[in-house]
Amino acid sequence: MDAAMPTLEVKGLRTHFFTKAGVVKAVDDVSFRVGRGEVLGLVGESGSGKSVTGFSVLGLVDPPGRIVEGSIRFAGRELVGIAERQWRDIRGAKIAMIFQDPMMTLNPVLRIDTQMVEAIRAHEPRIERAEAHRRCIAALGQVGIPSPEERLRAYPHQFSGGMRQRVAIAIALLNKPDLIIADEPTTALDVTIQAQILYEAQKLTRETGTALIWITHDLTVVAGLADRICVMYAGRIVEEGSVDEVLDNPLHPYTRGLIGSVPGRNKRGSPLYQIPGMTPSLIRLPRGCAFRERCREAVEACGEPQPIVHPAPGRAVRCCRCSRPGAVQ
Amino acid sequence: MLVFLIRRLSQSLVVLLVMSFLVFVGVFAIGDPVELLVSPDADQFERARVIRDLGLDRPLWEQYGVFLLQSLKGDLGNSFVFNQPALQLILERMPATLELAFAAVIIAIVIGIPLGMVAGLRPHAWYSRMIMSVSILGFSLPTFWVGLMMIMLFAVMLGWLPASGRGETVDLLGVPVSFLSEDGLRHLLLPAINLALFKVSLVIRLTRAGMRENMLMDYVKFAYAKGLSHGRVIFVHVLKNILVPIVTVVGLELGNVIAFAVVTESIFAWPGMGKLLIDSIYRLDRPIVVAYLMITVLMFILINLIVDILYSVLDPRVRIADVKS
Ligand SMILES: Nc1ncnc2c1ncn2[C@@H]1O[C@H](COP(=O)(O)OP(=O)(O)OP(=O)(O)O)[C@@H](O)[C@H]1O
Ligand SMILES: [Mg+2]
Repeated sequence: MDAAMPTLEVKGLRTHFFTKAGVVKAVDDVSFRVGRGEVLGLVGESGSGKSVTGFSVLGLVDPPGRIVEGSIRFAGRELVGIAERQWRDIRGAKIAMIFQDPMMTLNPVLRIDTQMVEAIRAHEPRIERAEAHRRCIAALGQVGIPSPEERLRAYPHQFSGGMRQRVAIAIALLNKPDLIIADEPTTALDVTIQAQILYEAQKLTRETGTALIWITHDLTVVAGLADRICVMYAGRIVEEGSVDEVLDNPLHPYTRGLIGSVPGRNKRGSPLYQIPGMTPSLIRLPRGCAFRERCREAVEACGEPQPIVHPAPGRAVRCCRCSRPGAVQ
Repeated sequence: MLVFLIRRLSQSLVVLLVMSFLVFVGVFAIGDPVELLVSPDADQFERARVIRDLGLDRPLWEQYGVFLLQSLKGDLGNSFVFNQPALQLILERMPATLELAFAAVIIAIVIGIPLGMVAGLRPHAWYSRMIMSVSILGFSLPTFWVGLMMIMLFAVMLGWLPASGRGETVDLLGVPVSFLSEDGLRHLLLPAINLALFKVSLVIRLTRAGMRENMLMDYVKFAYAKGLSHGRVIFVHVLKNILVPIVTVVGLELGNVIAFAVVTESIFAWPGMGKLLIDSIYRLDRPIVVAYLMITVLMFILINLIVDILYSVLDPRVRIADVKS
């Protein structure tokens, strides 16, 4: 792979759901890129379209949804519009995904070894059973599951939530993908296990050069893990930059609200900041900035469509108030 | 597993005992068989002798006690009409009923599951809607009417298939069966389809519901995210999950099919237990009715047990629960 070429480059992606109630614009003009060994944090509150973005990259958008526009280039190759058969060669082999709820992602009636071996067989049909088993055991060991040989013969319900998520991660690692999309994989787990899994993820990207998209609504998780960060709001990326810059010097009022509502950053005893109001309906999005109704700094110009501006190198923000000279201190 | 079996079997014994009492008392309460057995011009003494011979002069609890003791020895009394052991009469006709019931259930599964899967995968397609409409018909049309229509169409008008009887039977391990000879198979077809109609609809609906529910689950999406083919996801991942409720319901339905094949057996003159039961009820042949009910209860218990075992084979989560309890 060309060193300069990003592992994944998404441009102007729009994924809409054509429901009876109207067109849900779950992802609306989203662009980002992830390079080799890079960790991109995709942050936003519930319903902002993070998961749909992830599924779009894997070609797994459920009907009535579909990608209506945009381009997804993986290692230089366009994925939008390719045939199902070609998607199958990419899923699990080149791009793997880990889901939010570890209790739901494994099939309850199939043994772990069945679910792992089939993931290898899907891409290497001729592999010997013993060899496949060896790789499964190695992957389980890699994510810190004790006595993996025995555990292979177990069923999902014999594992705790944390262990199941490790199994899911092990499955994602099986075929050594170039990109892993982790959709809030630690949300359902307790803090210590979360920390272990984050550590494993970081180690993985360092050691293997796998690119990682880490979807979360938790800024503290991203702070320690990601290199770059994209903040999503109502189907759009409203701010992008390196983790340090965005967290230390957030430009978009929504990002500032998110950072303000993280406990621990505030002084003890002072009430946590809450962003007023609610996310707008994705069916009837306003013409201008979707955050306008909830924004304390809104001005007249916010009613107009907001272009992306680059107030500093490597930074992007979708807010007209940040385009004024001197907006970045 | 052994503990589970022993516990279930002892529970079953209690059920059997309670049922035997209910059945006995229930049958005791209906009609007087003496009227039927004694010729109208018999005198007082003749009547008294028959009553004494049959033990009908003794109190209820004593009759029940005798019945219980005898049934432990495998003797459920002699038929008043045939003057043969009731149990033997029923067991002779059981293979016919079992064959019919199994044929119906197999038809229900072989037709119901694929149609249900299609309807569940493409719920809005015209063929799925058609499958569902037909399944509503299968639910709502009365079995006897459909049976008569089938006889009229296929036996009378078209003359393709015979309308009554078992046809030629072949002995399989000492049991006469129809499905191994061509003539027998032709006889089996109409009654089996008739009996299966309702079950096919049931299986279609169960499969479709399971399919629709499971296709939306995360595990399916995760399976696709691994790069698996549609076939593998649907036939291995989803099918194995929806089989759990289907096996349970179909298994329990098997009991119903066996016990209530009565209607179909009557229409198609299928020489099974159901037809014997109807005849015996007409003739107030108590021992046969009692024996039939007892055997039916026993069969239900056995089927339930087998369903539970199958269930635990299909669903690993059930196995653990059993070991603990
Ligand atoms: N199958 C679907 N049909 C209709 N709308 C859908 C469907 N799937 C997702 N959406 C819509 O897309 C929007 C974005 O959903 P998405 O799951 O991407 O949010 P998210 O950012 O991942 O939120 P969360 O943090 O809760 O996981 C939601 O408003 C949802 O209503
Ligand atoms: Mg999500």
